[in-house]
This record gives sequence, structure tokens and C-alpha cells, in this order.
Amino acid sequence: MAEFLQFAFSGLTVGAVYALVALGFTLIYNASGVVNFAQGEFVMLGGMSTVFLALAGMPLPFAALIAVVVAVAIGLVLHRFAIEPARGAGPVTLIMITIGASIFLRGAAQIVFDKRFHSLPPLFGADPIRFGGAAILPQSLVVLAGAVVVVTLLWAVIDRTLLGKAVIATAANRLAARLVGINTRRIVDFSFAVSAAIGAIAGILVTPITLTSYDVGTLLALKGFAGAMLGGMGSAFGAVVGGLLLGLLEAFSAGYISSNYKDAVAFLVILAVLFMMPQGLLGRAQVERV
Amino acid sequence: MRALLDHRLAPAVAIAVILLLLPLVFPSTYYYRIAALVFIFALASLGLNLLMGFAGQVSLGHAGFLGIGAYAVAIGATHLGLPCWLSILGGASLSGLIAFTVGRPILQLKGQYLAVATLGFGLLVAIVLTNEAAWTGGPDGMLVPHLVLFGFPLHGPRAWYWIGGVTFVIGTALALNLVDSPMGRALQAIHDSEVASRMLGIDVARQKLAIFVISAIYASVAGSYLALLNELVTPDVSGFLRSIELVAMVVLGGMGSVVGSLVGATLLVVLPQVLTLLHEYEQMVLGIVVMGFMIFLRHGIVQGIAAVFGRTRT
Amino acid sequence: MTALEVERLSIAFGGVRAVSDVSLSVPFGLVFSIIGPNGAGKTTLLNLISGVYAPQDGYVRLGGEDVTGLAPHLLARRGLSRTFQNLQLFLRMTVLDNVMVGRHRHESTGTLSDLLHLPSVGRQNRQTREVARSVLARVGLAAHADRPAGSLAFGDLRRLEIARALASEPKVLLLDEPAAGCNPVETGQLDGIIRSIVKDGVTVVLVEHDMRLVMNISDRIHVLANGKTLAEGTAAEVRSNAAVVEAYLGVHGSQEAARAFG
Repeated sequence: MAEFLQFAFSGLTVGAVYALVALGFTLIYNASGVVNFAQGEFVMLGGMSTVFLALAGMPLPFAALIAVVVAVAIGLVLHRFAIEPARGAGPVTLIMITIGASIFLRGAAQIVFDKRFHSLPPLFGADPIRFGGAAILPQSLVVLAGAVVVVTLLWAVIDRTLLGKAVIATAANRLAARLVGINTRRIVDFSFAVSAAIGAIAGILVTPITLTSYDVGTLLALKGFAGAMLGGMGSAFGAVVGGLLLGLLEAFSAGYISSNYKDAVAFLVILAVLFMMPQGLLGRAQVERV
Repeated sequence: MRALLDHRLAPAVAIAVILLLLPLVFPSTYYYRIAALVFIFALASLGLNLLMGFAGQVSLGHAGFLGIGAYAVAIGATHLGLPCWLSILGGASLSGLIAFTVGRPILQLKGQYLAVATLGFGLLVAIVLTNEAAWTGGPDGMLVPHLVLFGFPLHGPRAWYWIGGVTFVIGTALALNLVDSPMGRALQAIHDSEVASRMLGIDVARQKLAIFVISAIYASVAGSYLALLNELVTPDVSGFLRSIELVAMVVLGGMGSVVGSLVGATLLVVLPQVLTLLHEYEQMVLGIVVMGFMIFLRHGIVQGIAAVFGRTRT
Repeated sequence: MTALEVERLSIAFGGVRAVSDVSLSVPFGLVFSIIGPNGAGKTTLLNLISGVYAPQDGYVRLGGEDVTGLAPHLLARRGLSRTFQNLQLFLRMTVLDNVMVGRHRHESTGTLSDLLHLPSVGRQNRQTREVARSVLARVGLAAHADRPAGSLAFGDLRRLEIARALASEPKVLLLDEPAAGCNPVETGQLDGIIRSIVKDGVTVVLVEHDMRLVMNISDRIHVLANGKTLAEGTAAEVRSNAAVVEAYLGVHGSQEAARAFG
């Protein structure tokens, strides 16, 4: 039982990160139809920028804040300079562009930062809390709490504000949204900015546990995508559920089957979803009109 | 003269001529090695081009087959005591078989879903190669012994220049044959409209699978050659960056342009060598190149020349 | 035995019954038209017949053989061909190549022989090219053979699609709104092409909105509305059927028409 709880908690912790990455994916996908493979790099940037700014002498809270701002800025640049010029291109072209961007950011991170692993001090100390025989890191709770806060805030904005309505409208039908006066380009800007911020925050929160380095982005992007697919591409709630579920699946298979193939779980999930329930757990089945 | 230039196989002949004449301008063995690498990657990217450029599919995990071919040679020699040429064939067969098995379900997917599924496949191969250390030597890889053919050891850049070059010429000829054939037309039709293709009697699933298997075999052979040239394999050979490099070569050279594969490979192999001081910046450059081309030059550098050489002939 | 027969065909999408209990029977060598107001289910019916959708109920028989639920390429190999409402041409290929693809089901070389370009492939290519050229000539597009299909004018694109379908030597040809977007001259050409196709023994099933074309050329007309059969008969019978007029013009519209035209 203790083991089970242990795996469950570590699964939920990484799951929370996957959930946030998946949420970012979904936001951008809904607003612009682009599968943004560079999503994982925002997480990397959040963690790495904070580390290096702190190393340079900046107080940690400021470093974190600036790191998020940097990620947001990069998200906006990505939209304006890489995605916008190619608007109208097929989905494969767009995904390739985001892959190019992710490789570029990795390469840049390699040079601007370095190739080593880095950590950040946990918010509430490193002494694990004992619960039902399992040892839980306080930072895990911070990550989970952070995820809850982010998701709640986002939901509040989307559901309760005019801006949120505009986002929903753009996602539903871009042309119609423009026709009623919504500046869809700014809406997509917004979605990129928010996704970047979410990713960066996730990166900052989880670094004390999982460490960070210049190349954590690629796998995270894939896992976030797996989570979004599992929950149902296009469903924000589904993204969160999918991400958490993926984290749990990963932790349990690593614990009970083999930890070497932990990363393979995400790919198997993608394939399973694609073939068995393409609409995911919470998405709607799509009917193709000929 | 015009008839000669228009002939279906003209590009293959042109490449054969280049293959023969190039060594005359090589100042040192180093150049043989670069050219060997170019031909090897051109072979892999040619296979990928058939899949992406002609049939209109996408594979972001093609380096997985590169890896299977490479490790087949290493494992075949080290663990199974097989002669290298047999390992090359074995690797190609294994790649073909895996492509057949994986391709059946995966090719039903379209667009970005196919892209991510193939990406996942490539990474899966890399993970297996990294983890099964008992067979593969783990993250540090394995050494690869020399190729021995009829009792003659063949190794070194010169040998691989010729082997790689001749194989690429043959691969090009086969590809050019395919383009000007019922199957080639069917693939191009599938690229433009699957629903119409079906309505004309084309078994779309079967054709896609066939070209996927063919492209996997091209990549596998290239991977085997790479392992034998470098005398070493590491799991990187099947990694994500490799897969993206292959796609970049296809895009740069021009999707659907048979000769473009050579151009793309040349650019992406030679440039890093020439700009060795940019080694640190390799990933950044690759990223910019991929972005730039996908945004502005989707049809590749060779588009104009492709109109003369590489497009379908009637 | 009929050329094409559907019996009690039905399909629903979500809650919408797109085609409901439709039966029709097409004798050999006729022009059989399917008409109906927008949303009547005509294209869905064509999609059901051509295997794009699998019916939830009912049967499709081609030349007496039960082909219900068969995939499109298998239907094509049994002599069924079609054109598409929104044109599904191979725009990046040349005009001639498009028609050559139409010959696919009559080509017999395999993957290996294609790769090696065995002599059989050369012969096959020549043969296919010849037949394709003659079909192009027949629809009047021979002059454009080597141009990319995407560069053709709209009316020519429709003719190209028909040529491509003809190249497969179908027994039954489904034409999905071929006159859509055509001017009267092009529609007139279409009329001529359809008549010549039928003269060759091909059975034509036409889905169309252009009433003049339909009335001029049809041997039998089947009217659909809201996914169900409304009426069937000759052109004269259908034209004077009150229910049909009402379906197109609405209750008030048909009353006004009755008042206006007596």
C-alpha cells in the first residue's frame, strides 16, 4: 500500500506537469489549429532561466518572474515570426515549423546556458512528509497546488470574461470571430503567451524535484501531447485529466514493470488512443464530411 | 541529345558520372569520407522523399530504420557471428518487416497524427536501443568490425565512397523507375486525393504500406553503411534529431525531387563540416533551417531544376 | 438484373437521418437522375453507393451482385466510377497523367516490376498513355494534355474529371453535380458528353440541380427530399407532380405557382 501511494504521488506530480503542458497544447491548438511542438521548451526555459538568473545573483522570486516573462516573450515571437507567416499551410508544415523552433530553442539553450543538470531550492524544504507509509516531497504538493491554481485561473478567465469568450469564439470559427470584430491575431497571441507562461511556471515548480537541463523539452512535448490526446484533443479539461492520468500510468509502469521503458508509456498511449478512441476520453467524435 | 536528357534514367546517369569524376578533384582521403557520408544520407533521404514527396505521407521517425540497419550490422557481427553483407540484408529485411507491421495501423492516420505517431515510433526505437545494453552496448554503443567481401576486407573512406555511391545510383535508378510506372502514378494520385484514387480502383492502404516498406529499406541500408563507415554505432543514430535532419534534407532538396535528395544531403552533411567552428551552433542552425524552409521555401531549393529532371514524365 | 440497385438504404449521422429507407433500381444503358432540394441527401446517397460510407441498413447491388459495404476501390474494380461535386482532381499532375491514373484498374504490373522497370512496365505505360490520349480527345481536352491539371479553366476541370472516370471503362458512372458552376455553353457540352457516354453502353446516374439538363437528358428521375424518396418517374411525370413542386418551392411557393400558372 505504501508503495502504491508512493507511485501515485510521484505519478500525480509529474502528471501535473504533463497536465500543464497538455493544457498549453490545447490552448494553442484550439485557437490556431497548430500542434505546438515547442511547448516543452517553455517548461525548460522556465526552469533553466530561473536557475541561471538566480546564479547571476537575482533573488529567486524575481528570477522566476523574469523567467516567465522571457518564456512569454519567446512564445509571442514564435507566433508572430514562425507561425503567422505560414498561416494557411497544412498541419504537417506547421508542426514541422514548431519542431524547428523547438530544436532551435534547445540549441540556443545549450549555448546560453549549458549542458548540465540543474536544480532549484524547494519552496518548503526537502524533508519528505510521511503519509500512509509513503514519503511525499512538499514540493510535490506545491506542484499540484500550483497546477490547481493555474487551471482555476484559466478557467475563470475563459469562462467568465469577455476575453475568454473571444478565445472560445476564435477556437470555434476563426472567420466568424473576425467577422464579429474579434482581433483573432491578438487572441492567438494571447493563447501562445498564456501557454508559454503555464509551461514556464510548471518548469519552475517541478525543477526542485526532477531537475532541469537544456534538453528536457522534447520528451515533455511528446508526453504533453500524449496527455492532450488521451483527454481528447481540444478539450481543456480533458488535457488536465489526460496529463494526470499519463503521469500515473508512467509511475505505475515504472514502479511495477520496468523503469527503463518509462518514457515508452507515453508513445504507447498515443498509439493506443489514435487507434482505439481517437476522440480521447472526453473529446467529441469527429465526423468527416466528404 | 534532347531524347537522351529526357530519358527516365538521365539523372541516375548524371549522378554516376559525378561519382566517377569526383575523386579526381579530391585532395585527400578526408573528402572521400565526406562524400561517402553524403551518399549514405542521400540514400536515406531518397527513401524518405519517396514516402513524403511522392506519396504525400510524413515520417518524423525515419531515423528509427537508420538505427535498425546500423545495429543489425553491429549485432550481427558481434553477437551472431554473421558476415557483414548478410547482416546488411538481415537489417533491411527486419526494417521491412517492422515497417510492414507498424505501417499497417499507423498509415491510416493523417497529417499531424501520422507525424506524431511516426515521431513516437522513432523515439521508441531509440529507447530500445539505449536500454537493451546486453545486445546493443547501451548509451555508449558498439564497435562495428570491417566489411569482408569474398575474403577481401573493405574498409576506409575510399571503399565506402564507392559502395555508397554505387548503391545511391542504383537507389536513384529504382526510384526513377518507380515514378514512371503505374505504382508511381498511383502514389502521386494518393498524394493529391485519396478519395478519388480509391474511386479509380487504387488500394490506397496497400500502396502506402508498400512505399513505407520501400523507404524503410532504403534507410536501413543507409544505416548499415553508416555503421560500417564509422566502425561504431550509438543510439543517436536513430534519435529524434537525426529524423528531423532527414526530413530537412528532403525539404531542402525539394519534396518529390529525386535529385533533390542528393542536394539536401550534400547541404546538410557538408555545411557542418565546412563550418566546423559552428559545431556548437549545429542545433540552432538546424532549427532555423527547418523553420525557414517550412515557412518560405516549402518546395525546396531545387524546384526549378526539379521541373527538368525529377518530375513525372509522361 | 439491373445495372445498379439499392434497397432500403439508410444512414444517420448523430441524430440526423441523412438517407432513410431509399430504394431505387437503374436499368442498363439509361440516364437515371436523382434530384431534390438542398440537404435532401443526394450526395450522401452517392457516397453510400460508391462505398465512401457504409450503410447502416439496406443493400446495394451492382450488376446483380451484392456489394453492400464494399470499399470504394473494390467497387471501382467491379466497374463503378464517379465524379465529385467539389472536384477531386490530381491538380499537381498533368492532364494526361490524371487520365492515365484512371486506367489503374486495367494495369497489371506489380511493385517489383515497377521498381525494376521490366519491359512489361514500358509496354503498360505506352498502352495506358495511348488509351488516355484517346479519352482526352473524346472530351475535347487533347490540346491540354501536358499542362498541369491545376492550370485548367473550371469548365475544363469538370470535363477532365469525367475523362478520368471514363478511362476506367466503368459499367456504371455516377456524376455528382457535373453542371455545378458551369455556364450554359459548358452545360450544353456536358449534355453531349453524357449522351455519347450512354451510347457506348455506360449506365449514367446523375445527381444534378440544373433542371434543364435533367429534364433534357434523363430517362428516369428519382426525387429525394429530407433523405426519403418523394417520387420517381419520367421527366414529364416528375415535373407535374405536386409533391415535388412543393418540396422545391415550399407550400406557399407551390400555391403561388399554382395560382400564377393555373
